Amino acid sequence: MPAPIRLRELIRTIRTARTQAEEREMIQKECAAIRSSFREEDNTYRCRNVAKLLYMHMLGYPAHFGQLECLKLIASQKFTDKRIGYLGAMLLLDERQDVHLLMTNCIKNDLNHSTQYVQGLALCTLGCMGSSEMCRDLAGEVEKLLKTSNSYLRKKAALCAVHVIRKVPELMEMFLPATKNLLSEKNHGVLHTSVVLLTEMCERSPDMLSHFRKLVPQLVRILKNLIMSGYSPEHDVSGISDPFLQVRILRLLRILGRSDDDSSEAMNDILAQVATNTETSKNVGNAILYETVLTIMDIKSESGLRVLAINILGRFLLNNDKNIRYVALTSLLKTVQTDHNAVQRHRSTIVDCLKDLDVSIKRRAMELSFALVNGNNIRGMMKELLYFLDSCDPEFKADCASGVFLAAEKYAPSKRWHIDTIMRVLTTAGSYVRDDSVPNLIQLITNSVEMHAYTVQRLYKALLDDISQQPLVQVSSWCIGEYGDLLVSGQCEEEEPIQDEVLDVLEGLLVSNLSTPVTRGYALTAIMKLSTRFSSVNRIKKVVSIYGSSIDVELQQRAVEYNALFKKYDHMRPALLERMPIMEKTATNGPTEIVQTNGETEPSVLDTKHPPPVTQPANQVRTLKQFWYLHSVLCCCSDPVSPWTFQLQLLSPSSNVVPALNQGTVTQVIRVLNPQKQQLRMRIKLTYTHKGSPVQDLAEVNNFPPQSWQ
Amino acid sequence: MQFMLLFSRQGKLRLQKWYVPLSDKEKKKITRELVQTVLARKPKMCSFLEWRDLKIVYKRYASLYFCCAIEDQDNELITLEIIHRYVELLDKYFGSVCELDIIFNFEKAYFILDEFLLGGEAQETSKKNVLKAIEQADLLQENIDFQMRLFAGCQRSRDPTQRAGGNWPDINMVFIISLPHTPSSASYSAVCSLYRLQTQPSSAHNPTQMMFLCICVPQLCLSFLLLF
Repeated sequence: MPAPIRLRELIRTIRTARTQAEEREMIQKECAAIRSSFREEDNTYRCRNVAKLLYMHMLGYPAHFGQLECLKLIASQKFTDKRIGYLGAMLLLDERQDVHLLMTNCIKNDLNHSTQYVQGLALCTLGCMGSSEMCRDLAGEVEKLLKTSNSYLRKKAALCAVHVIRKVPELMEMFLPATKNLLSEKNHGVLHTSVVLLTEMCERSPDMLSHFRKLVPQLVRILKNLIMSGYSPEHDVSGISDPFLQVRILRLLRILGRSDDDSSEAMNDILAQVATNTETSKNVGNAILYETVLTIMDIKSESGLRVLAINILGRFLLNNDKNIRYVALTSLLKTVQTDHNAVQRHRSTIVDCLKDLDVSIKRRAMELSFALVNGNNIRGMMKELLYFLDSCDPEFKADCASGVFLAAEKYAPSKRWHIDTIMRVLTTAGSYVRDDSVPNLIQLITNSVEMHAYTVQRLYKALLDDISQQPLVQVSSWCIGEYGDLLVSGQCEEEEPIQDEVLDVLEGLLVSNLSTPVTRGYALTAIMKLSTRFSSVNRIKKVVSIYGSSIDVELQQRAVEYNALFKKYDHMRPALLERMPIMEKTATNGPTEIVQTNGETEPSVLDTKHPPPVTQPANQVRTLKQFWYLHSVLCCCSDPVSPWTFQLQLLSPSSNVVPALNQGTVTQVIRVLNPQKQQLRMRIKLTYTHKGSPVQDLAEVNNFPPQSWQ
Repeated sequence: MQFMLLFSRQGKLRLQKWYVPLSDKEKKKITRELVQTVLARKPKMCSFLEWRDLKIVYKRYASLYFCCAIEDQDNELITLEIIHRYVELLDKYFGSVCELDIIFNFEKAYFILDEFLLGGEAQETSKKNVLKAIEQADLLQENIDFQMRLFAGCQRSRDPTQRAGGNWPDINMVFIISLPHTPSSASYSAVCSLYRLQTQPSSAHNPTQMMFLCICVPQLCLSFLLLF
């Protein structure tokens, strides 16, 4: 059998393929050759074949039949074989398959190999993809290597130990003795990996954390040496000595100082030193400053240091490099709760970031802007945020709209401003508004009694312009239904519409294809309400009766009930359709928190295709209540002898508290319509609370004077 | 770091290093989605993005995108430095590296990465040391295999009496001698030490060792005659 082709040759050949099909053909041919070569147990070319297989695996083709071959390579004595074998193991094997456990023995032998590079391969593989079983078996070997004087192996053993601890946290104790003098190493590689190991241990165990707190002075010393030492060519990056180590030490200091005053005290000086002395012209310096800021904000640092940190972030915001700006915004978002005033100083820069071209920066700036809104800056901030809402990408509109509503609710300087703001949001981002916004807005409008005329006029005008944004249409139609009389009565500043125009608009909503069923329900109810506010009752009657045979069940039910109102209970209609009283604010109202993160999605993946279905709990409850009232009134009149003999109208009682000791009375008027002049009888059931406990009382009144019913 | 991906502007994967256990299917899915997301970014945008619950740090060097996925508590800016350091290592190793180097020598790119990062963290912060280790390992690959084939059982066992064939110090010596750029004085002294070792009663007299020396270093052949 001819020797299998070399790896480079194969790569060259495959790259000449012009189509996917051609490539697939070549790959299949080569795979077949490799498979037969594997079957022949050919030791000489196994390495070459596995390397080719790894290349094909990277292109996306299946390579699982090479797994056992990787194991054979690992067990080989040749260094080349081992190198490729371990690489193959890391690429092809994963801990879900039992095959990987076969590696354990090989790795164990190689961890004790005489050549440090073979030991290094074994440590690397174990540290990258060792499963929990493997880690349990080999932890002892790793621990031994952690104590060796060979720095090449020691640094690898440290990171391998990190992996073992992540996989099997119970084994952490085992590595404790070996950490004793890790920090006294001179070698930066060992220092760096030791700090990583200590960080991992401290993050996982509070006991370890308290144990390692004593290392703070040593860490501070090492950091100081790094900053103060002169140029060291081996570790220099743009004039800074070993930035990787500096960042890691700062992170460990953060964890050690987090809830401990003494440790935080011990690091104050060095943090201030790093913060002021680090060169900021390159990314490296800024990386260190960033880590320093995070540490300062997390430990119990003195206020001067905290202000220094926030000022660094403020400077970051003005940096030309957008990565730095992004990082600054992220950090400010984390600190805005605790250091609100300090962050406020940078508000204008943050607001400027809303105009940035980068999506991630815009999102961060938006979240931060909402966090900074307060009673003092609400007008200015809202102007900027509404401008942002106008021009931003669709993925932001929902969150921005919710944020605006929340902020407006909390800090609105006046009711008119509030309603104007809501109007602006509805007209610019109406289809992105969240589900619960509509009932919230209705409640808000109802409660702003003096603004009714203004609101309905503006909403009507908005409706004339555009009926595609459902939340806007729903709120508008509701308002027109409620306050239609104000709309046509000339209380508004501009020329008022006439009744027919208003009804045209509402009817237009009913027939438009743009209206959702929910919107149609709103429109129909609004038209019905106008029957008591407008004079063109006949027209309204006609519209309502048409929809009595609508396909939409909800619409049909409404129309039928409204029809019944017109026909049989016309005298009740005014009472039923009168103005809504002021609603109580329920605790659960209000849009949810602005969602953080995830600024990056492709435009096609965004969920803004259709506006979410809108529920209107408040309105439905109202409607239901009205109808319940109607039904209950009808029911309590029923008489076994002849139903529907009487018709009652119950008015509200004069009070809902009966004063004690006969100091007062509660009166309730009941109007009775008794066309058949039947004898009146009344059964009363009184339910009240007395000293906190409920009491029920039944009584019957049979002795109505004949004049009342004859 | 959870994983690192290198891919071309056409979306072809050139290197993938995973530090978390995932099935092949999941890896493919993540790769496909991430590649699509990163390639859709405009040139002026910042190097960081949030994707699923990870932070992605990416940078473009010529025709290759270097993309790392880090966790919430990791420092994005230093990750950019790590990416840059890896590119510098590749550059130094291949001499003005380009995408083709990584395509045709992908296994070497992996070896360099494995000498720089382990388990997602940097194991060596000195560029010089990483390159030195790679160089040594490469030499080991070239030379030691040849010797390992000649001397069976060169793996050191704990029990010295079980050592068969070549002694480890012997092989080290031979290694030095056979390096082409070893100054001849060093080779000569190494030969002398080898002679001393050979004359000790404990070591086995292995004629094949001598033969090997003669083949590799012809200019020292004369001196070898003395040993015989």
